Amino acid sequence: GPLAERPLMEVRLGELHTWVSTCNFSPQGLLGAVQKAWSSYCAKYIHVRRGGPAGISMLLAGYCLLSYGWNYQHLSKTSLASPI
Amino acid sequence: VLHTTRPLHTTQQSLAPVPPLPEKGGEVRHGLIPEEFFQFLYPKTGVTGPYMLGTGLLLYLLSKEIYVVNHETAAAACILTVIVYAIKKFGADVAAFADKLNEEKLATAVAMKNEAIQTLQTAIEEEKKEQWRAEGHSFLFDAKRNNIAMLLEANYRERLLMVYNEVKKRLDYQVAMQTLKRQKEQDYMIQWVEKNVIQSITPQQQKESVAKCILDLKALSKSAQAAV
Repeated sequence: GPLAERPLMEVRLGELHTWVSTCNFSPQGLLGAVQKAWSSYCAKYIHVRRGGPAGISMLLAGYCLLSYGWNYQHLSKTSLASPI
Repeated sequence: VLHTTRPLHTTQQSLAPVPPLPEKGGEVRHGLIPEEFFQFLYPKTGVTGPYMLGTGLLLYLLSKEIYVVNHETAAAACILTVIVYAIKKFGADVAAFADKLNEEKLATAVAMKNEAIQTLQTAIEEEKKEQWRAEGHSFLFDAKRNNIAMLLEANYRERLLMVYNEVKKRLDYQVAMQTLKRQKEQDYMIQWVEKNVIQSITPQQQKESVAKCILDLKALSKSAQAAV
């Protein structure tokens, strides 16, 4: 289909710039994009008949990484300031 | 504001029946990385590509101290070990339990649906039976009509009989009157004739007839004496 309506995974590397330009960066647009991403993730990994640990474990891993990223400054300072 | 340029109700879209949930979710390897990533790297790097990438990334993060090793690392390692062990050991049981719960919910819903269908089916049959009964009403009305016709006929005949009896009574009366009158006239005539005959017998004639009778009697007695 046309470039503006394709999801991110189906956009080729060369077309990325144009795809980003067609994005809707208003608050409603961003909120809509977040909602769409969340609902597609849920539909793929959580709302299934026989799911496993994969659905929540990925969310937890993402949370771990995000919190590590947010606290990197503090962590690096405290660990480098340890003995010796 | 309704945009009438948009066609309305042209598709079969509706809220029910809801499409069923997919059987299995997206494939995830080691519980963390979706299979799509491995498939994405397969054409260029083969099977070991993503693992090499992971190892290289890990070494880079450790050597550059982007990932700092401290007490939290040890805690994270212990927690992860316990979690993985627990999932490996109790995963299947928990999944079976959750499946059982789902099954029960589904069973109640399906039972309700079946019950509703059953009640509607019985209602349909009852309705059909009522329609069949309504057809039989024509027979009922025919029988009632026959009854009424018979009653009317019986009534009519009864009245006919009554009329006949009454007319017969009146005619008999007339006949009786006529016979009575004739009888009375006859009696009176006989009486009148007798009365006139007796009146016409004069005393002279009476004496002569008495003498004649005596002579006859004497003759008779003679002949009787002779016979004896």
